[in-house]
Amino acid sequence: MFSPLERQWLLEEMGEGPPSRYMEVCGTHTVAIARSGLKKVLPPTVRLISGPGCPVCVTDQQDIDTAIALAHEKGVLLATFGDMARVPGTNGSLAQAKAEGADVRILYSPFEALRLANENPGREAVFLSVGFETTAPLIAAVVKEAARLERRNLSFLILHKLLPPVMKALLGDLPAMAGSDPSLPATRGRPSLDGFLMPGHVCAILGVEPFRFLGERYRLPGVVAGFEADDILLALWMLQRQRRQGRAEMEIAYRRAVREEGNRTAQHLMEEVFQPVEACWRGIGTVPHSGLALRQAYSAYDARIRFPLQVEPAPDPPGCACGEVLRGLLSPPQCPLFGRACTPQSPVGPCMVSSEGSCAASYRYERICR
Amino acid sequence: MCLAIPAKIVERDGADALVEMSGVRQRIRMDLLPAAIVGDYVLLHAGFAIALMNEEEAQETLDLLREIDVLSS
Ligand code: SF4
Repeated sequence: MFSPLERQWLLEEMGEGPPSRYMEVCGTHTVAIARSGLKKVLPPTVRLISGPGCPVCVTDQQDIDTAIALAHEKGVLLATFGDMARVPGTNGSLAQAKAEGADVRILYSPFEALRLANENPGREAVFLSVGFETTAPLIAAVVKEAARLERRNLSFLILHKLLPPVMKALLGDLPAMAGSDPSLPATRGRPSLDGFLMPGHVCAILGVEPFRFLGERYRLPGVVAGFEADDILLALWMLQRQRRQGRAEMEIAYRRAVREEGNRTAQHLMEEVFQPVEACWRGIGTVPHSGLALRQAYSAYDARIRFPLQVEPAPDPPGCACGEVLRGLLSPPQCPLFGRACTPQSPVGPCMVSSEGSCAASYRYERICR
Repeated sequence: MCLAIPAKIVERDGADALVEMSGVRQRIRMDLLPAAIVGDYVLLHAGFAIALMNEEEAQETLDLLREIDVLSS
């Protein structure tokens, strides 16, 4: 996209801006930033911190335990996205449940769940679904299709999360922040931030309207970014430009895929199938209207109703600072377990399991250069 | 998780489409982009098209940037 000279110019311009801390709230950005080594070339005035952008990482321990309990139910065939399988619950992961005989399948597309249910008429297929607004409309389409085909042996364990409400919570609007390990250095408070690198694909669906509160209420600028190193560079330059000009607006640096209004069809699908509910986020706590549940009309497809399991609330793994990392209060290397007791080969927390987790990205790409 | 890749629609068929990306063909769902037609570039996520790609608009952003670049240097 840019020539080396242009890149140089963008970086120099950014360097002349005010000292700034920008948060990215998308796991794919976290990985793109780590992999490209962008942090090494950024001027010292621009700092990047990761937020709650990895769907697997923000999934509450109790919800993971529920999924594992479901996988062990008689006749159940549990299907999910790849990243979920290795996340440790209180007693093992879904991958371990599979090794113990549970039927756990990894799907690339949630649409395959329909086929799976069709091919296994005597079984109960359950699709465990995580993700933000990028993934929720897909699941809505699959639920509608299941209802249209009257696929009675398919249900959905919906653990979807919504970004605008949790960003509000992070900025201190809501009394969340519970369940942290008090022995860690920074367990309270809000991260100090000067703006957001906005998640490109969430905004491709939602548009920018739901995020305008960042500028209006908090005077924080946001720029929607794509996923190439140059896309991110452009977005950071635009953030610095806003700060220099005293503006706090929503801008789009990823016009290839994002329109102001987002994808209306996807928004309507989500609206039709889901309703916002309170959700529990790892390390952040309960945030009102930050999760999704199936609407009444689709309750026949709700796995929580079909399998009323009682699973105890579970504490996060001892010593794991995922909660603080997800809130941008600590960087992964500041966790005492990082790279010692906790590595991608033997992860303690979900932030080290998911390929998009800040700890995994930091371990894989940034460890040597510290 | 929200990784998405661009692909070109080569065939439309009801709620489905056949897309091509760097020589590989794949059948995808079009529930979120019902109006897309053959020849359009779309962004793929987990087997669904989620957004229409628009290279012209992208070019405009860049042109704007280059203008500022020229003006300020
Ligand atoms: S390094 Fe491991 S233990 Fe520490 S916060 Fe990350 S995932 Fe948790």
